[in-house]
Amino acid sequence: MKGRLRTQVGQLAHRSVLRTLRQPAQIVPALVFPLFLLAVNSGGLKDATNLPGFPTDSYLSFALAVPFMQGALFSVMNTGTDLARDIETGFLNRLALTPLRGAALLSGLLAGAVVLGLVQAATYLIVGLVAGAELVTGLGGALTIVALSVSITVAFGSIGLFAALRTGSGEAVQSLFPVFFVFLFISAMALPLNLIQTNWFHDVASANPVTYLLEAFRSLLFEGWDLGALALGFGIAAAVLAVGLLAASAALKTRLVRT
Amino acid sequence: MSEGRAVASFRSITLAVAWRSVHNFLTNPAFLVPAVVFPLFFFTAFAGGLSSVAKVPGFDFPSGYTAFQFVFVLLQSAAFGGVFTGFGIARDFESGFARRFLLAAGNRNGIVAGYALAALVRAFFTWTVLTTIALLAGMEVGGEGVELFGLYGLAVLVNLTATMWAAGVAMRVRSIQGGPLMQFPTFLILFLAPVYVPLSLLSGWIHAVASVNPVTALLEAGRGFISGEPAAVALAFAVAVALPVLFALWARGGLRRAEAAG
Repeated sequence: MKGRLRTQVGQLAHRSVLRTLRQPAQIVPALVFPLFLLAVNSGGLKDATNLPGFPTDSYLSFALAVPFMQGALFSVMNTGTDLARDIETGFLNRLALTPLRGAALLSGLLAGAVVLGLVQAATYLIVGLVAGAELVTGLGGALTIVALSVSITVAFGSIGLFAALRTGSGEAVQSLFPVFFVFLFISAMALPLNLIQTNWFHDVASANPVTYLLEAFRSLLFEGWDLGALALGFGIAAAVLAVGLLAASAALKTRLVRT
Repeated sequence: MSEGRAVASFRSITLAVAWRSVHNFLTNPAFLVPAVVFPLFFFTAFAGGLSSVAKVPGFDFPSGYTAFQFVFVLLQSAAFGGVFTGFGIARDFESGFARRFLLAAGNRNGIVAGYALAALVRAFFTWTVLTTIALLAGMEVGGEGVELFGLYGLAVLVNLTATMWAAGVAMRVRSIQGGPLMQFPTFLILFLAPVYVPLSLLSGWIHAVASVNPVTALLEAGRGFISGEPAAVALAFAVAVALPVLFALWARGGLRRAEAAG
């Protein structure tokens, strides 16, 4: 039974990975757009490091956490759009005729997100370090950043799966992008929490999990090993993944009943 | 065709195209909501989240950070209003509706003018909401009547420029797949200007790029207008008038391509 499940996951993961790698239109924007914003923001907000209480002398190091989150947002779109296309073209209906298990389908589909997450994390980190960002935790920190980035990418990818299964439409999945962007913008993305002056913005950013995901990356980049920040970051990623997979499993059952 | 009839034909085509586009915009939440929500969202994120940037040494904008960012978001919404209109043109070509326009219109320049008029109406709708929210949020306005007229005048010209750019792309590509081509250069040129701090506080490559970016002159003039201390006005209006003329030629070329494609 376990062997069969492994085969199913393997087949779907293989397809998902190949599909991701064969679509430059998915990979290129997910790499270029966050790096462009990193370049613009780290240049434009360089003087913010002169504010009393700013945690580092390098705005680039501070801002380098953001591309990892933006990359994860692209994962929602890419994973969701791929599955929505399978629904629109009838591929999921054909899969439903096979003895494929729901868990195999969902985990196989997330394999593409893992690959995209690895490519993104390595690219952002290398470009950031070449441009002069700090990495006080060394090689161990770099590996932890990649692991955290992949975890978040997969967790967000599960939300993309849910959206695709719920709506069955690639266009509807695409329209979610601005919604997720709101979470990123109303966080401690551009300034640390202690320097956000507007009260309501500070309150929303404090309650926004994205702030703590950013802080986990930042702790590794310029603060040092902060197990509390890392536990919170990985914990949030795990919680999002659990919620995403539960919601996607429920939506998959409904989707298969409908078809 | 007599000159009077040509003018009447141009006007009727312009109004018909504009009416259809505005009607679609106002009655379809999928078009209306992003056009209004996006600028508000950027305004909130920049003016709210970055307000401490006003404390950076050397930042001395008299009307405060909310007004400083309002000008950027106003011009950004003007530009993206034009780009979104380009999406509509591309969609019309994909659905075949634009070809029917081309067949029916006596003066086809009226089609482009109609889309431009619609873009402007859409932009006015967005600006009304944005300005109201900014004032409710306590934005300080130091400028008076003529200066504010200058600020919104710049926004109108930016909207026209972006519409002409996007229309030129849409009529060449004739598919919504040309969307990134309309959107990305616009996004790029806007964000390579002094978005968060004045030009004098930028350094390195971003300062070099922003110094030659025409959007910088528009932003500096706009910020001067809102604070009641006009600056770089002649340069800004020279740029703001030259760009729509240049891109009108680009759009006209696109129209000729669309006509040739049949």
